[in-house]
Amino acid sequence: MNTFWRTFKVAAWLGWEMDSNWTEPWLFMVYSVVKPVAGAFILVLMYTVFAFIGNRPDPAAFSYMYVGNSFFIFVGSVLFGTFQVIQSDREWYQTIRYVYISPISYYVYIVGRAVSKVGVAAFAVAITLAFGVAFLGVQIHLTVDAVPLFAASMLLGLAVLLAIGICLGGISFLTAKHTHGLAEGIPGLFYVFCGVLFPLSILPSWGQAIGKAIPLTYWFDITRRLLAPTLGVDSTLAGYSDLTIMALLVVSSVAFFGLSLLIFKTGEYFARKAGKIDMTTSY
Amino acid sequence: MPYAVETRDLTRIFAGKKKRRIRRKRATGEGEDHLGPVTALDQVSIQIRDGELFGMLGPNGAGKTTLIKILATLLLPTSGQAFVAGHDVAKDPFPIRQRINMVSGGETSGYGLLTARENVWMFSQFYGVPSKVSKGRIDELMHTFGLWDKRDAKVRMLSTGQRQKMNMIRGFVTDPDILFLDEPTLGLDVNAARVIRDYITNWVRSQKSKTVLLTTHYMAEADQMCDRIAIIDNGKILACDTPENLKRMIRTETTFRLEVDTIRDIASFSSMEGVKNFSHTDDISKNRTHLTFILEDEGPVAEILSTITSQGKKVHSLQKSEPTLEDVFISMVGRGFE
Ligand SMILES: Nc1ncnc2c1ncn2[C@@H]1O[C@H](COP(=O)(O)OP(=O)(O)OP(=O)(O)O)[C@@H](O)[C@H]1O
Ligand SMILES: [Mg+2]
Repeated sequence: MNTFWRTFKVAAWLGWEMDSNWTEPWLFMVYSVVKPVAGAFILVLMYTVFAFIGNRPDPAAFSYMYVGNSFFIFVGSVLFGTFQVIQSDREWYQTIRYVYISPISYYVYIVGRAVSKVGVAAFAVAITLAFGVAFLGVQIHLTVDAVPLFAASMLLGLAVLLAIGICLGGISFLTAKHTHGLAEGIPGLFYVFCGVLFPLSILPSWGQAIGKAIPLTYWFDITRRLLAPTLGVDSTLAGYSDLTIMALLVVSSVAFFGLSLLIFKTGEYFARKAGKIDMTTSY
Repeated sequence: MPYAVETRDLTRIFAGKKKRRIRRKRATGEGEDHLGPVTALDQVSIQIRDGELFGMLGPNGAGKTTLIKILATLLLPTSGQAFVAGHDVAKDPFPIRQRINMVSGGETSGYGLLTARENVWMFSQFYGVPSKVSKGRIDELMHTFGLWDKRDAKVRMLSTGQRQKMNMIRGFVTDPDILFLDEPTLGLDVNAARVIRDYITNWVRSQKSKTVLLTTHYMAEADQMCDRIAIIDNGKILACDTPENLKRMIRTETTFRLEVDTIRDIASFSSMEGVKNFSHTDDISKNRTHLTFILEDEGPVAEILSTITSQGKKVHSLQKSEPTLEDVFISMVGRGFE
């Protein structure tokens, strides 16, 4: 336990130093605000195009899409941030062998490094949402009653994301090149099938089946339900109660945690066997 | 008492290139051998005692780094066993990691965004060194290794040698019981190399139960510093003893060094009677060849000289010398180090 905590603390410190270590702190602040706001404008543009094609502006659909997209910021940065820990330590800083042979838990090290990514992403999500509410008429009503459930769903969703990221990390122990493709492809997959931009009901039935098999679909749905309950967009998950969804999230985060441990340990074993822990591929 | 480091028939084979390519090459019947697997370590059995400064001496590609990587729990053996501090590297790496550290020379790793001090401090935290203790040690080591001026410089601003010093500090700051140093002075200037050598030697000698395994291909370094030396070539341990005993092994033989005009035809030396082994290096800039002969006695010297002069080459110097570790190596494998 001591080892885990120590690892986590130091790794989180390092991650934060790396994410925030800008030569000018105010530049970091500006960047942290400007980037999500710029992202929001892209959404507005997308929506305008959709509304133009469909020939009927639909504020509820816009809010749906806006909230979904805001939370999608987590997916990209947590998945990529997690996977990149091994990659950058190995190829760029070349510190991986010294981190690896120190008396820590390397798994926890990766989680620790990713935590600051979660923090930075959370900030971006908050800015995006605030901007949407203030200037774009996005409808958000988080009731006080819903806060505990919302917090719990956030934790579970992030846990699933971290676990998927670590699975990718485990694979990248062995092959750097292909994992990069995965790390970019998987968020794309989630974007389409997890009801981020549009409700699942728009997809053909096989697409809905895929969506329902991915835990993040439920996560997006419940965050949206709790945050913007008045949208009334048919999400096809209406038949699932909040608690059912939470239970599904608990089960899948445990399952993904187990899977990530398995893939990570297997990747690590074979990398140590093949002498690939500290390989530099410079692909 | 268990050894600090012990290996039993330790073997490490690296798989060759991708199987598909080997198959294709085989079909055309060429280049099979250098695509096949490489035996980096071949049944290596060594024992390093607690408190010893042990050297691994060998040319490029001998297997030194591979051995260090296995002992530092970075790489698994293919067969055989390795124990560090009594624990099996393959089965039980964690307790080993608590007691070791490793530094490779000529390497520039580090988090560019952190300062030199922060970088070292962070690694010490992985080992649970109390922050205050760590900072004290870092300051002291930075003074010793001449990095004090750069203590608050970002790692990315440091020169190669400065980063190497920083990594050396990273190795000592955790105060390991067993320290693996892979070519610690590689690429450092003469002064810095001496400071580091002295520090390592003193670190082992002045404390109880501190063990260092260092690899090098600098003969003098190994000779000067190490309690015992293993000579390794092609993954095999050729000899393992104190520097004195190693040199004594060839005491009955005579070493001659010659400097002559660049000479091409050297094959005839090996068939001469009384020539146990020899090595040659060309000094292109001066247009000279340096020859080192290990002779059973002084008998063949005349024949060697006449062979050279009969080719119209001049002999610029000839000296008989005390055997060095390099001579031991030449006598064993029939070639020098460069
Ligand atoms: N990851 C690897 N994959 C394939 N072959 C390897 C790998 N690492 C080392 N080798 C091979 O193993 C042999 C021993 O290499 P090693 O790095 O241990 O030598 P060394 O004694 O440290 O040499 P140097 O003095 O050049 O550092 C070499 O032939 C090398 O090509
Ligand atoms: Mg080496």
